[in-house]
Amino acid sequence: MMKTSPTAGRPAGLVETAFTVNGEQVRFELDPRESLLDVLRERLVLTGTKKGCDQGHCGACTVHIDGRRVVSCLTPAVQVAGRDVTTIEGVAAPDGTLHPLQQAFVDCDALQCGYCTPGQVMSGLACLAEGHTETDGDIREYMSGNLCRCGAYIGITAAIRRVADQTKQTEV
Amino acid sequence: MRSFAYVVPDSVAGAVDALAAAEPGTKILAGGTTLYDLMKLGVEAPPAVIDIHRLAELTEISTGEGELSFGAGAKMAEVADHPVVRRDYPALSESLWRAASQQLRNMATVGGNLLQRTRCGYFRGGAEFGCNKRDPGSGCAALEGLDRTHALLGASDACIATYPGDWAVALIAFDAELDVVGPRGERTLPLGDLHVEPGDNPVLEHTLAADELILRIRVPATPAGRGSTYHKIRDRESYAFALTSAAAAVTLDAQGTVTDCRIGLGGVATRPWRATAAERSLLGEQLTMGTARHAGEVAFADARPVRTGAFRVELGIRTVTDALLTAGKQAAR
Ligand SMILES: Cc1cc2nc3c(=O)[nH]c(=O)nc-3n(C[C@H](O)[C@H](O)[C@H](O)COP(=O)(O)OP(=O)(O)OC[C@H]3O[C@@H](n4cnc5c(N)ncnc54)[C@H](O)[C@@H]3O)c2cc1C
Ligand code: SF4
Ligand code: FES
Ligand code: FES
Repeated sequence: MMKTSPTAGRPAGLVETAFTVNGEQVRFELDPRESLLDVLRERLVLTGTKKGCDQGHCGACTVHIDGRRVVSCLTPAVQVAGRDVTTIEGVAAPDGTLHPLQQAFVDCDALQCGYCTPGQVMSGLACLAEGHTETDGDIREYMSGNLCRCGAYIGITAAIRRVADQTKQTEV
Repeated sequence: MRSFAYVVPDSVAGAVDALAAAEPGTKILAGGTTLYDLMKLGVEAPPAVIDIHRLAELTEISTGEGELSFGAGAKMAEVADHPVVRRDYPALSESLWRAASQQLRNMATVGGNLLQRTRCGYFRGGAEFGCNKRDPGSGCAALEGLDRTHALLGASDACIATYPGDWAVALIAFDAELDVVGPRGERTLPLGDLHVEPGDNPVLEHTLAADELILRIRVPATPAGRGSTYHKIRDRESYAFALTSAAAAVTLDAQGTVTDCRIGLGGVATRPWRATAAERSLLGEQLTMGTARHAGEVAFADARPVRTGAFRVELGIRTVTDALLTAGKQAAR
């Protein structure tokens, strides 16, 4: 079976789209033009995910889809039907206790203005899960999709390094 | 953004049917990192998109006897990290992980990657700039504008836009082929026949018909794979398009003589560029700084420098030199 919206000529139709965000089921009638970033910010008012460039350059809009990091500004929201989306709002424990990586950002001075930080944390979590943390060079390479205008890169690398080392210790 | 119909076929056959029945200008949507981006900028305005990103049929990767095969829908990140590709074809893996960011590589497909469009700022910038590629006959703003990253090879008076991709540059060095399907059935073409130079019609970038879909990319197995690298020079160390790049692969005999040599150039030409004369210049030679540099000079013999990016000719020669020397070290592993 093929799912299609009305063909062009007529105004293109809305597409019913269901997915989860931070574990909660959501369902919208979406215009296929809407980006996942805009749906998160404008419809769900989850404004932790930031819009820096809206062109895939800066990484401020990074979220996870089925556990993998993507830029939500270049993700048409209709493409996430049936997927699990995780945003920065889904990272801390329900009682507000910060995730160890969030705590490490605080402890390592990994931010100044904080605008890039949600994206950095989402990207950093994925970088850790992927195992691209062998050396600081690896961390820098695999975090290069997240720009920081304030130049907090040294702290960001240190925060990820700290959590990578902690994880290694608990595994031994 | 112009509104568009969103079509989700549930098989490749369904996608082909949908494409054949679609309005002119309908586009395939894979990862969307080129197409959706350009739609947001108003540079592309398809009346409908056919979303193939969920078609599992298109995501197979195999590295069996005789060839590598990558489904067009496989993600860049997945192919970059594939252990066999990493070990036996480092140039292919490096061309992917040195491209874009991990977020984008998780989204983008290796098929869509081939058809990514130029990053020329006047093309992306919209109607206020003349651009023969976006709006035929409107002129080329780059000719008298910011041309620092524009093409040194294969340009025309109508368009000097650089083909920005990395993966196709590594693939072309390995004689990759594409299997494509359309309403008239399947056909195979060499990757070298996919992209075209701008000539007097820069709108035309490749030879696929509007109703054809790329199924997979195949790479004939070669021992030159092990002795290969993708060397990419950028304005910053990571996450930027190439100022110059070179895919190099060599095979050496026991005496260190070059018996096979492949060179692809990226970031400097209007299409993925194979430097065949440079390859020939090395056959039967020892691989030294001198012979590698000579090959680089041959590769750029026909380069036509752009006004503010002329430094990229010498940079390109050195990029080829270093790539060949690294490939030689890899071959001797
Ligand atoms: C910020 C940024 C930085 C980047 N940096 C780099 C870089 O350094 N190096 C690099 O190489 N690339 C880079 N890219 C480009 C990126 O790699 C491409 O956008 C991506 O690979 C395209 O794949 P996709 O699946 O997203 O394609 P889409 O955007 O979905 O499609 C691209 C085109 O291919 C067509 N298409 C897709 N799949 C098929 C198919 N199976 N058959 C026929 N046609 C098809 C579409 O119709 C469309 O015209 C960058 C992109 C961004 C946004
Ligand atoms: S170089 Fe090509 S893409 Fe860029 S403005 Fe000129 S015609 Fe357009
Ligand atoms: S807002 Fe998405 S990458 Fe910048
Ligand atoms: S902390 Fe300000 S942009 Fe990164």
